[in-house]
Amino acid sequence: MAEEKKLKLSNTVLPSESMKVVAESMGIAQIQEETCQLLTDEVSYRIKEIAQDALKFMHMGKRQKLTTSDIDYALKLKNVEPLYGFHAQEFIPFRFASGGGRELYFYEEKEVDLSDIINTPLPRVPLDVCLKAHWLSIEGCQPAIPENPPPAPKEQQKAEATEPLKSAKPGQEEDGPLKGKGQGAAPADGKGKEKKAPPLLEGAPLRLKPRSIHELSVEQQLYYKEITEACVGSCEAKRAEALQSIATDPGLYQMLPRFSTFISEGVRVNVVQNNLALLIYLMRMVKALMDNPTLYLEKYVHELIPAVMTCIVSRQLCLRPDVDNHWALRDFAARLVAQICKHFSTTTNNIQSRITKTFTKSWVDEKTPWTTRYGSIAGLAELGHDVIKTLILPRLQQEGERIRSVLDGPVLSNIDRIGADHVQSLLLKHCAPVLAKLRLPPDNQDAYRAEFGSLGPLLCSHVVKARAQAALQAQQVNRTTLTITQPRPTLTLSQAPQPGPRTPGLLKVPGSIALPVQTLVSARAAAPPQPSPPPTKFIVMSSSSSASSTQQVLSLSTSAPGSGSTTTSPVTTTVPSVQPIVKLVSTATTAPPSTAPSGPGSVQKYIVVSLPPTGEGKGGPASHPSPAPPASSAPSPLGGSALCGGKQEAGDSPPPAPGTPKANGSQPPGSGSPQPAP
Amino acid sequence: KVGSVAVEDQPDVSAVLSAYNQQGDPTMYEEYYSGLKHFIECSLDCHRAELSQLFYPLFVHMYLELVYNQHENEAKSFFEKFHGDQECYYQDDLRVLSSLTKKEHMKGNETMLDFRTSKFVLRISRDSYQLLKRHLQEKQNNQIWNIVQEHLYIDIFDGMPRSKQQIDAMVGSLAGEAKREANKSKVFFGLLKEPEIEVPLDDEDEEGENEEGKPKKKKPKKDSIGSKSKKQDPNAPPQNRIPLPELKDSDKLDKIMNMKETTKRVRLGPDCLPSICFYTFLNAYQGLTAVDVTDDVTDDSSLIAGGFADSTVRVWSVTPKKLRSVKQAADLSLIDKESDDVLERIMDEKTASELKILYGHSGPVYGASFSPDRNYLLSSSEDGTVRLWSLQTFTCLVGYKGHNYPVWDTQFSPYGYYFVSGGHDRVARLWATDHYQPLRIFAGHLADVNCTRFHPNSNYVATGSADRTVRLWDVLNGNCVRIFTGHKGPIHSLTFSPNGRFLATGATDGRVLLWDIGHGLMVGELKGHTDTVCSLRFSRDGEILASGSMDNTVRLWDAVKAFEDLETDDFTTATGHINLPENSQELLLGTYMTKSTPVVHLHFTRRNLVLAAGAYSP
Repeated sequence: MAEEKKLKLSNTVLPSESMKVVAESMGIAQIQEETCQLLTDEVSYRIKEIAQDALKFMHMGKRQKLTTSDIDYALKLKNVEPLYGFHAQEFIPFRFASGGGRELYFYEEKEVDLSDIINTPLPRVPLDVCLKAHWLSIEGCQPAIPENPPPAPKEQQKAEATEPLKSAKPGQEEDGPLKGKGQGAAPADGKGKEKKAPPLLEGAPLRLKPRSIHELSVEQQLYYKEITEACVGSCEAKRAEALQSIATDPGLYQMLPRFSTFISEGVRVNVVQNNLALLIYLMRMVKALMDNPTLYLEKYVHELIPAVMTCIVSRQLCLRPDVDNHWALRDFAARLVAQICKHFSTTTNNIQSRITKTFTKSWVDEKTPWTTRYGSIAGLAELGHDVIKTLILPRLQQEGERIRSVLDGPVLSNIDRIGADHVQSLLLKHCAPVLAKLRLPPDNQDAYRAEFGSLGPLLCSHVVKARAQAALQAQQVNRTTLTITQPRPTLTLSQAPQPGPRTPGLLKVPGSIALPVQTLVSARAAAPPQPSPPPTKFIVMSSSSSASSTQQVLSLSTSAPGSGSTTTSPVTTTVPSVQPIVKLVSTATTAPPSTAPSGPGSVQKYIVVSLPPTGEGKGGPASHPSPAPPASSAPSPLGGSALCGGKQEAGDSPPPAPGTPKANGSQPPGSGSPQPAP
Repeated sequence: KVGSVAVEDQPDVSAVLSAYNQQGDPTMYEEYYSGLKHFIECSLDCHRAELSQLFYPLFVHMYLELVYNQHENEAKSFFEKFHGDQECYYQDDLRVLSSLTKKEHMKGNETMLDFRTSKFVLRISRDSYQLLKRHLQEKQNNQIWNIVQEHLYIDIFDGMPRSKQQIDAMVGSLAGEAKREANKSKVFFGLLKEPEIEVPLDDEDEEGENEEGKPKKKKPKKDSIGSKSKKQDPNAPPQNRIPLPELKDSDKLDKIMNMKETTKRVRLGPDCLPSICFYTFLNAYQGLTAVDVTDDVTDDSSLIAGGFADSTVRVWSVTPKKLRSVKQAADLSLIDKESDDVLERIMDEKTASELKILYGHSGPVYGASFSPDRNYLLSSSEDGTVRLWSLQTFTCLVGYKGHNYPVWDTQFSPYGYYFVSGGHDRVARLWATDHYQPLRIFAGHLADVNCTRFHPNSNYVATGSADRTVRLWDVLNGNCVRIFTGHKGPIHSLTFSPNGRFLATGATDGRVLLWDIGHGLMVGELKGHTDTVCSLRFSRDGEILASGSMDNTVRLWDAVKAFEDLETDDFTTATGHINLPENSQELLLGTYMTKSTPVVHLHFTRRNLVLAAGAYSP
């Protein structure tokens, strides 16, 4: 009945101007108003008739979407020749144009150069239809396997977290079968367990997971044990698998409290023991949990935030602060906090403002050690441009003095020196892009010095660099969401044994490496003056052999409007001075001793923690339209790195299609496909 | 040859339309209508509900009359003013009407023709009718009186007027309710007697396991049909009412298998729900193959067929046994025909694969059905043909032409040999595999026949249509023996209960209705789905009804309880006035969401495992 109110039946007809336009295009110049009117009535009626028939084909085709072929068949019913050439895959391919007092919708047909078509490599052959079986229900219980929708959808978890009273009521449509009809289902479960499974099912392991009970099933306990062990264990491959499982599995809802406690307790213990590796592993677990599209963490944020914050601002995170790269962990955790803020901060819980306050407080304090100082700044910087603008920039001068006093002053302690150095590069990294946006182009060293004190000159050169990059890439960096929300936030790059100097922060790719060319793959060609187009993806593929700071930008874009002939075929351009910011983790310190790779002793791992101009990562991971480049483009023959290795699919792969042929061993125990005997 | 629908109807058009010639003052129409509306709204409660049924047909006919007589503006304002009063389930028809604004449009418009060629049937109690008659005569309201006389069929019954609820349950079809006498004829809904077959002893166990039986195991059995009978079902049709194919030896082996399987069947009930195994068709891209997977799982559940928008039919084997075709003729002649394993030898090992693709149709394939002996597959397509494929050679054997428009559905008889098809040309046809022309044409639906289904005893065929009615046809004489109205949207799925007594139907409105065939009554309504119900199936013993829908769920319903307390007292039977209990929630035993996969097919194996199928549509 409600529908009745909503639906408005009105007899809409095409505007008679359309008829005129069509007539003109057919070469009929003058057409009478009356004729137009008659034509519009007739045409509108016919179009509606055809649309109604086309709907019939859609229904019979068991689809929710009307396709162009449906219309073709409807035309065929009427004995009209179908329209050829309209094969829209997803959208209606009409473009709007106006001008000269006219508004038009037209079908965009690009002129295509034949040679381009000939030269383009053939697209991949689409996969053939295949059949995949899984258990939708076992004796009335739906197993929580990736092929089935998550037992408690994210919306419901959210509702439970935010409005506990509302969701407590039974009678939700989704839960009808089990929760709503508890008395009916419960005995069935019981019987299912006592009684032997019917002969048919003996082949498949029994996976009964009654959703209403909060104790973990044996399988879940096993899974939990396996996962947590793998996450903090010594085998990197296993860890990658476990993290992937956490990031993608739909059935983890019930284990969430356990995971949350595991992480917070783990951090508590390991901070005291200064076990950097374990802290990194735990943070990666947090990241994986955040990435899981089926989990809603709000209820556990109170446990997670302190743990993550600890990893940012703790005075000491590792045994040898002068050698170990705990900076990377701080950066990573800072990004996590920013992500948490973005997802869960509301006007009622005020997470963001509370976190900001904490950071500011510890930064302002004179006695704060450099490590904590670094963490606070990183944490603030990750929160976004506005935070940088209002909280960091005003303090640059003061901070610059402090840094200068340590760097230029008498050598008091090596640790302080390193710390100050890090803080300086951190400030430069984060502030330069913001300043580049805020200030007008002529960058004057003196003006900067006047405003920002001792950091001025350095800042100035960084801003100039940032500008150059921005102009080059025609896009701007948005630090807020850059690395975290990017589908591929981190990439690993392992290099051959190489005794190059460790340059923390900004890494210069050493010149003597005998490896192929380091290339940046851009989804969009360099089209200078345009305001930032949708996101771009960079993949550091390999490092340059001779020119140290030279990377090649490989543009694969076909859609950048202004880029002329370079559009369709892959073009390699040499772009000087585009440097990926690569963090360095040395194997010896971060990975537990047993994981030391089998390669030569001095293997180093480079983790690209932040990438140069990477488009605005405003949208979440899902909003990235560009297809993910094949994962093979970042080969890491020497195994993953401590921080980010193997996490490549975690961020951007959609929840697995039921049974997508993909070899992940991350399903909960025993989710193989069934083989029902007839 | 049967011509197209339009051609068939063409002679009628002028005659039909001319009936509108006599006209009143166009400006008075609104007044007439609102006068009647006022009268009905002011009548007693008990009559109001009944008389309200008049609104819709009157509205439509008055509107059409205005349009026909080219009073476009009056027609428009009439429509604007009163379309909001109509019941929401007429929305779809109203939408068609609203686009119809010119006399020229009326020619060839199907909805319009439906209205003109058939009388809208209303069921009204005698008291209410008298009241209406008196009112119209008093007011000298000839315009309305003429319409009532000419275009409506008022089925008058004695006794209490029906309540609003009772009426709502039954109306909704394109041409009103079914006339009472339409559902009076006797239907033999009982099952045919099973031929007696000796159940083999235990030592022959492995015999059953080998399908198609090797020749050494084919020992002649006494044909015991007709002799010592089991208890004859009083409602069953005579055994030879329609000629059925004789059982072959292989069929008997199959029956034996069946019986053995039956002993292993899981007893289902509200406390013991079946397991559901879901077959997902992956990569059936919306654009490429437009996911219209209509598939059928054979009786022994070893094959799955899918019809695709790219005109192919694909057959998968879901058991480890691969699909093989028979060798070429030249190779066949080399085989020793006396050898024991000749049936094995004729198969070509090189062709073994899990998937066979059948090419032949020239349009999307909308229906598929396996023959009960698993030797043939039927498919129906947009190209207007039904094709018979051999599952021995995986080639097309026959193309049955007759429908000139898309064929939406086809199904084999449970005894093989016969099959039925229904399509856009609004008729269902009965065929025999060895005749290239249909044996029967079941005509009567006012819109597309969307789905067709054989009664378990093969003597009847049920069809569901876009005119929102379900009809039951007698295969023997081609008569329509039941018309079920009550759905509010096109019907997309049908299924008979295993005992043949009941019929379940699902429609785009997301409701499943249950019907008692013998009494011709609606006996239940299952609400819960939020989108088209595409598939329905009873469990082998009839305890559970499974329904699959476009809303990506499989739902299980307690069928025993639904049929338990039937009102079959004389009054209900005589008048057809039913009171439906609102117990959908109690009957719902389970809801299982899929991952954006509409459930287009359901099947219970002999052991009562549910197989469901659908195409993943991201």
